[in-house]
Amino acid sequence: MGMTMTQKILAAHAGLESVSAGQLIEADLDLVLGNDITSPVAIHEIEKMKVDGVFHKDKIALVMDHFVPNKDIKSAQHCKCVREFACRHEISNYFDVGEMGIEHALLPEKGLTVAGDVIIGADSHTCTYGALGAFSTGVGSTDMAAGMATGKAWFKVPSAIRFRLINKPAKWISGKDIILHIIGMIGVDGALYKSMEFVGDGISYLSMDDRFTIANMAIEAGGKNGIFPVDDKTREYMKEHSTRSFVEYEADADAQYDEEYTIDLSALKPTVSFPHLPENTKTIDEVGEIPIDQVVIGSCTNGRMEDLRIAASILKGKKVAKGLRVIVIPATQKIYLDAMEEGLLRTFIEAGAIVSTPTCGPCLGGYMGVMAEGERCVSTTNRNFVGRMGHTESEIYLASPAVAAASAVTGKISGPDEVM
Amino acid sequence: MKAAHGRVFKYGDNVDTDVIIPARYLNSSDPKELAAHCMEDIDKDFVQNVAKGDIIVADKNFGCGSSREHAPLAIKASGVSCVIAETFARIFYRNAINIGLPIIECPQAAAQIAAGDEVTVDFDSGMITDVTTGESFQGQAFPPFMQKIIDCEGLVNYINQKQEA
Repeated sequence: MGMTMTQKILAAHAGLESVSAGQLIEADLDLVLGNDITSPVAIHEIEKMKVDGVFHKDKIALVMDHFVPNKDIKSAQHCKCVREFACRHEISNYFDVGEMGIEHALLPEKGLTVAGDVIIGADSHTCTYGALGAFSTGVGSTDMAAGMATGKAWFKVPSAIRFRLINKPAKWISGKDIILHIIGMIGVDGALYKSMEFVGDGISYLSMDDRFTIANMAIEAGGKNGIFPVDDKTREYMKEHSTRSFVEYEADADAQYDEEYTIDLSALKPTVSFPHLPENTKTIDEVGEIPIDQVVIGSCTNGRMEDLRIAASILKGKKVAKGLRVIVIPATQKIYLDAMEEGLLRTFIEAGAIVSTPTCGPCLGGYMGVMAEGERCVSTTNRNFVGRMGHTESEIYLASPAVAAASAVTGKISGPDEVM
Repeated sequence: MKAAHGRVFKYGDNVDTDVIIPARYLNSSDPKELAAHCMEDIDKDFVQNVAKGDIIVADKNFGCGSSREHAPLAIKASGVSCVIAETFARIFYRNAINIGLPIIECPQAAAQIAAGDEVTVDFDSGMITDVTTGESFQGQAFPPFMQKIIDCEGLVNYINQKQEA
């Protein structure tokens, strides 16, 4: 029986000719990732293991991004713990303030993730690297510790759902609208334990930033991973960012899929997820009048260059609505600098937004935009669970950078056509 | 631990890790501190009412969202002896096994057990019994490999045993 793209990568990393869904395997890891919240727990665990150091000092990435620059004493203690561990084990890919970015924007930019890799990260959005044709998935801290110690992880080989993306996306349709549409269609557990494999001619119209956004939110449908085939755009991205060699895998023609969906990108409309689940989607014409208090443009989902460009193109020469707080967070130092050189930061600041140093900050209600009771936020982040961005009676509406920027101008949830 | 016995706290679909342990408390990784805020955003009274041995029963996709291992750590440190659900989100599922928090998938038990019922779980057989109603349910068995990790009470002990072998 044929294998899916994911199964082929897993088989190769387990040293097996073939694998099938449900099989338990042990795979070699190309990269093990952790952040300032999950790494301290992993470090505590690895210290209990009877192992001699880490498996490979260049194949571990520790990124201080959630609560940095440190928001309080306890988070400073956490970072100190990771910093000392990184120093002790000479971890080459340790990223602290000044070099850091939001992990899932930073690692591809640094060339640490390429097609054909198997990557685990103690962060659920580790699935992002599937955009490059890698198998990558989120795990917890103990798995991260085991991965750092042994360079291996156990997996149950997943079955897959195939999403055939066809045609050129309609105006304003970004990766975010596509993935929100899919999650609305299949639900937050629609891909539970499974791979989400994206295929079809529509992919050729999607930038790498769009693909990162789509793969990033596979976890929001319960997916184990999301993965794209490698094409010229992927190769170009990897050549620009990485010196590592990569391996391209393709699904077999007779690979089995549990389900298949076809999504006509030309028929999509800007899409918004209503509180308190990403599956509660409405298209922009169904939204109605919803006044808002805050807009966040950033995160591992939508803090990349193209996201900032589209937001700036909408905000240029306009003002944010009176009484609204608009927070823009470039995802990495490089994106911050590039946005500065392109004049995007000036556009944001002149419009009345603030621009922050890279951080996950408000996405998880950490800091830099925590909400009060009854407040509403349009956010380009990935989760709108109860209390995710602050008070349990606050509300998050997930949307694309274009919808977020348009909403920033009107003070209510709005599509870009309303202001352009 | 080979068996669980306690009163049931019942929750619905898609209990996410943000409500199990909100991110505002993730500046700590001390299980006791985390347990002091366990389930706070979905059930303010949980921490006051939970007793050692109690059992959480929930519907589908329990533990969805973030990969924070702090979620099963908080549940375990609050004294909960087992989580029964229709289905678990996959990272939570791995994390629970890796830290030695017993979990068991059983759609029938999730549907029929009520809040406050007294329930026992036999981990060897996967049999769940609602002592209050007298009904029994067969939970799904773990594959042998996962059972080994569970028997070692977590991945760290499992790896240490393998290193010694």
